[in-house]
Amino acid sequence: MSTTVTPDATMQDTPLVVGGQTFRSRLLVGTGKYRSNAEMLAAITASGAEVVTVAVRRVDLDRSKEEGVLHHLDPKRFFLLANTAGCYTADEAIRYARLAREAGFNEFIKLEVIGDKETLLPDTDGLLAATRTLAREGFQVMAYTNDDLIMALRLEEAGAAAVMPLASPIGSGLGLLNPYSIRTIKRRLRVPVLVDAGVGTASDACVTMEQGVDGILMNTAIAEASHPATMAAAMRHAVAAGRLAYLAGRMPRREVAVPSSPTTGMAG
Amino acid sequence: MSQLRLVVNGDPRSVPAPATVAGLLAHLGLDARMVVVEVNREIIRRPRHQEVTLRDGDTVELVHFVGGG
Repeated sequence: MSTTVTPDATMQDTPLVVGGQTFRSRLLVGTGKYRSNAEMLAAITASGAEVVTVAVRRVDLDRSKEEGVLHHLDPKRFFLLANTAGCYTADEAIRYARLAREAGFNEFIKLEVIGDKETLLPDTDGLLAATRTLAREGFQVMAYTNDDLIMALRLEEAGAAAVMPLASPIGSGLGLLNPYSIRTIKRRLRVPVLVDAGVGTASDACVTMEQGVDGILMNTAIAEASHPATMAAAMRHAVAAGRLAYLAGRMPRREVAVPSSPTTGMAG
Repeated sequence: MSQLRLVVNGDPRSVPAPATVAGLLAHLGLDARMVVVEVNREIIRRPRHQEVTLRDGDTVELVHFVGGG
């Protein structure tokens, strides 16, 4: 995939690369919570995302066999990133990751080990253990974690292909609660840092990308919008705008005003 | 014809014996390319579907990808 040319010809962005795989979009989207499959497909198309997340669940033997997401999403068109959502222990997450890999698409796993039902915050002990095991088994682990630098560093050391700190809790739409933490994690890690969870609207996505992170993964902000495809388009622009603003380098913050017009040459 | 009593996705289910994994999927009308199979917690890879024979009392999990974040 070629690099994206920004308006300033001297400034070329590099593509997002995770685990040796190059992706054309820095926006990754989930496939859950849509009111219909048609709405999901329209939104994902409008988002411009290449990576779409999916969950592993039992086939419902008493219902239509058309319920699997692959009946609606062409795996040749999208990069399927399976998650371990709903897993509360390292062992359970490892089992789900192995099941997901067996589906035969890729070695990537969005690893979640949830520690608490109310907040869905990660169990970082379990996450670290599962990351270590799965990385050894050849998985490209994208680890969903807290906005905690030390844990992010440990996940990287454990072999994570990408670290995915939250902006705020899953499905909360509270936006980026701690820009400093996210910025620091990005500055200190060598592997890609993608913010996962918490973005509520386009401005949240833009501010998040302005911190310099490599990408954002979101689901609810698009799926629960009144018009998901429209919000997806807004997110696409917001992620691109935030990325460009980061690359452009923002002006310094000042406590006093500095005039934009000449202070000399005023008519007497 | 004798029946195998299995637990499939948490529910008791009887299928005609003998049955392989491939046979079970066919019996349930499932496309093997869309399903991942675990028998007694062991993943049965697709190339082995024809050769793995189910036994009475086996616990089978059939999973696939659904929408998720």
